[in-house]
Amino acid sequence: MNRMRQYVIIGNSAAGIGAAEGIRRTDPRGSLTVITDEPHHTYSRPLISYLLSGKVTGDGMKYRPGSFYADHNIRLIHAAAMEIDAAGRQVLLSDGRRVPYDKLLLAAGSSAFVPPFEGLDTVRKSSAFIRLDDARRLEGMLDGNGRVLIAGAGLIGLKCAEGLCGRASRITVLDLAPQILSSILDGGGAARVQSRLESRGIEFRLAASIRRFEGDTAVLEDRETLDFDVLVLAVGVRPNTALLKGIAEIDRGIVINARSETSAPDIYAAGDCAQTTDASSGQSRVMALLPNAYMQGECAGINMAGGEAAFDRAIPMNAIGFFGLPVITAGHYTGEVYEKNTEGVYKRLFYSDNRLNGYILIGQVEKAGIYTSLIRERTPLDTIDFALVCEKPGLMAFTREVRQARLGGGAV
Amino acid sequence: MKRVYVREEWCLGCHLCEYYCAFAGTNETDMARALKGCKINPNIRIEENDGVSFAVSCRHCLEPLCVKGCITGALTVSGGVVTIDGDRCVSCYTCILSCPYGAVSPSDGGAVQKCELCVKTAGGTPACVKGCPNGAIVFEERG
Repeated sequence: MNRMRQYVIIGNSAAGIGAAEGIRRTDPRGSLTVITDEPHHTYSRPLISYLLSGKVTGDGMKYRPGSFYADHNIRLIHAAAMEIDAAGRQVLLSDGRRVPYDKLLLAAGSSAFVPPFEGLDTVRKSSAFIRLDDARRLEGMLDGNGRVLIAGAGLIGLKCAEGLCGRASRITVLDLAPQILSSILDGGGAARVQSRLESRGIEFRLAASIRRFEGDTAVLEDRETLDFDVLVLAVGVRPNTALLKGIAEIDRGIVINARSETSAPDIYAAGDCAQTTDASSGQSRVMALLPNAYMQGECAGINMAGGEAAFDRAIPMNAIGFFGLPVITAGHYTGEVYEKNTEGVYKRLFYSDNRLNGYILIGQVEKAGIYTSLIRERTPLDTIDFALVCEKPGLMAFTREVRQARLGGGAV
Repeated sequence: MKRVYVREEWCLGCHLCEYYCAFAGTNETDMARALKGCKINPNIRIEENDGVSFAVSCRHCLEPLCVKGCITGALTVSGGVVTIDGDRCVSCYTCILSCPYGAVSPSDGGAVQKCELCVKTAGGTPACVKGCPNGAIVFEERG
């Protein structure tokens, strides 16, 4: 084939950028187009809460340097992808243009899930908290003061609460679940993080649900009412799969294999819109987190460009902190438990069948990656000094041969 | 590319590498004066247990999980060296979650810290290698 290959990526965030870098590692020449419906240079989505708190400003939001698109010879199109014509191998854009492709990646991310609350349309000021424009809209609504109600005590809702701290007269976080961060923490860990957030004045209404909105008042199931000036909807997210409906297999997300291929020829998917095997449990699921997004995207890019890559080590994992309290978690929480629960340390390791399944570390997180690698690599625990590694994560727990290979061998 | 390699059988567990590492970033001329009374936070760390000891620092992986997972773009590869831009780091610790060697750590200044082969400090030979009294840490090409 003498004609240059045409690569098209829908999405300009971690998965899309990973794919662009993967493509250019493999094929410096082919034409590469990135399509985004946002009017921005690639930025880091998790940083929007840091933008609110002022810890990051302007150029600090950029996920890659200003010269990124020129350096990688990328054509960036700011328009929405409306439809994929798989038979005609082209993407139809909101401005009427058609972009032909040989290899296509959908890295369209996810959108806020908004439950059908009665009276939501009577709320004057509300916003989701996923995109840069959401953060800017929220800033505009706040006016330096005001009472904020955040619906959802997950990662997004709580990072929003932290970012808004000091910029609102009252912040209340409400969730159906009886604990915060129910997707990544157990009850004990959640209680620790909650008390840190409460120490900074953030209030919680847990095991609570909203019956309806009456203007700027939330009426709860127990008839209690909460007045607010700004509502943040952080109940959950939904993978953006619609563009591949009827084209590729979709479960909760777009189903991909270890090569980031969908079931449709020459169409790949990566990031928050994709669903793949969780290496810690063997189950197929959406693991919407940035490192997996980047690595799925990079893997897709290399394969799109004719290289050989596999990313079969995706696991759920999160590093997050609140007001200086670090939290790192990975895997799933079943099996027997090793635990340490002291004033500055909350640590739980979950294991069964000779494998580490998951862990929760709060407060003291040094060398957490040693545990992550035991989960990711499915290391048989009888080949290491498991008692030692529980106490103290390190390479000491491995055999001398393994250590020599890792520390003395060639580059990995 | 040249990398730092450890020879476990030669490590005395003297921790001098940790001191040379911490000293390399100080711009001082006298190590004792620079570090006396300080709690050091070096980028190379001795692990020891039951008579065994060895130093661990960043491997500068060819497929660095810390760089791929970095949420801000603060970690990059520059001439083969995995490098941290402290101004862009927000201390989310995704790199600490990711590194299978435990070679990225929190710093006193906010950003994470890691070995950068002394490219920003001593230049040329990493200070830990130069300072090891027993040749247990070497800087060489092993492919």
